[in-house]
Amino acid sequence: MTSTIHCDIVSAESEIFSGDVTMVVVSGEEGELGIAPRHAPLLTRLKPGQVRVMLPEGGEEFYYISGGMLEIQPHVVTVLSDTAQRAADLDEAAAVKAKEEAERAIADRSAGMEIAQAQAQLAQAVAQLAALERLRKQLKR
Amino acid sequence: MSGSKEIVGKIKSVQNTRKVTRALEMVSASKIRKAQDLMQASRPYSRMMRQVIGHLAHANPEYRHPFTIEREEVTRVGYVIVATDRGLCGGLNNNMFRKLLAEFREWEEKGVEVTTVIIGRKAAQFFRRLKVNISAATQDLGERPQLEDLIGSVKVVLDEYRDAKLDRLFVCYNHFVNTMTQRATFDQLLPLPPADEGPMLQYWDYLYEPDAESLLNDVLTRYIESLVYQATLENLASEHAARMVAMKSASDNASNLIDELRLVYNKARQAAITQEISEIVGGAAAV
Repeated sequence: MTSTIHCDIVSAESEIFSGDVTMVVVSGEEGELGIAPRHAPLLTRLKPGQVRVMLPEGGEEFYYISGGMLEIQPHVVTVLSDTAQRAADLDEAAAVKAKEEAERAIADRSAGMEIAQAQAQLAQAVAQLAALERLRKQLKR
Repeated sequence: MSGSKEIVGKIKSVQNTRKVTRALEMVSASKIRKAQDLMQASRPYSRMMRQVIGHLAHANPEYRHPFTIEREEVTRVGYVIVATDRGLCGGLNNNMFRKLLAEFREWEEKGVEVTTVIIGRKAAQFFRRLKVNISAATQDLGERPQLEDLIGSVKVVLDEYRDAKLDRLFVCYNHFVNTMTQRATFDQLLPLPPADEGPMLQYWDYLYEPDAESLLNDVLTRYIESLVYQATLENLASEHAARMVAMKSASDNASNLIDELRLVYNKARQAAITQEISEIVGGAAAV
């Protein structure tokens, strides 16, 4: 029997793979990694790319991940896959967008004020119209 | 037949309302299931994440990341508020907001400033009327929230935390207990509560590629993101459950109303007939 290592591939939105494998091949940030059982503990970032797991019954499975983290313990490999494309500038752009959204929410406050003003003006106009109407009726008589 | 036509009109309109509330109820009932599945699916990730963080804390106890250090003086706190995008879900949002406001008041009494990050349109509508700092907002997450949509907002608060503009960070959402019960819940995100693990049996450390600090930073960032993401999913499930219950009671109310109206209608009709007959009889007697 070949020795195996437990492998979990998870993303924030779902569990992708879980089971015993003989080897895991991933593309780490510093280069390709082939992880066999009893690998030394390691923590690294993953580049977008393939994760190849070799099953003990023979055969392979492929998964594509858009980056993530890899943790290795002697008997467990954990691939924490990102669901989104991650890069410092992309994150920054997302942060800016969220801030803008917040500013818009605050800006709407003044819009709320305008509505109140508009309503006041409308009420005035209605009162004026009513007064005019009354005047006209009096004139007719 | 005085007024009977109006009553028929009323009955019709209530029936139409009931149709709508029934449909909404059934839609929500089917969506709860999906939301729960999403919730289940996202659990392994944060569980694994927690394990990795536990291992990390284990492996190098001397290095403390800013996210794990408890700050003694608290002058500003942040809240990530997860609410729904749509209404018609009973008191779900309002109960949470009421609880939140009580918390805000408490902080204020202590002289602590409150900053919020807002997720969901209903929260935006509510907090825009208040004098609360909003540092980031996200809305329109839809039926299948994506982690991607939250990254920006979470980054904003994490940056603020790192710059010591925030001393504590909470997330609040509606915890899905079961279909009938949802509980407004506040969880502390930062500083991270220390992982309670057994004593260190033997010394070991990871090989880090490239370096421990930046990796730890990445792991913690993702962890916080995944917690906020889970809160969003949980809130989504709660939303559907609350809407289903609210719509069910609305449909029941409509049914009751229809019954009452029908009774009134029948009485009116009966009275009209009786009157007509008595008129005829009266007329015949006079002749």
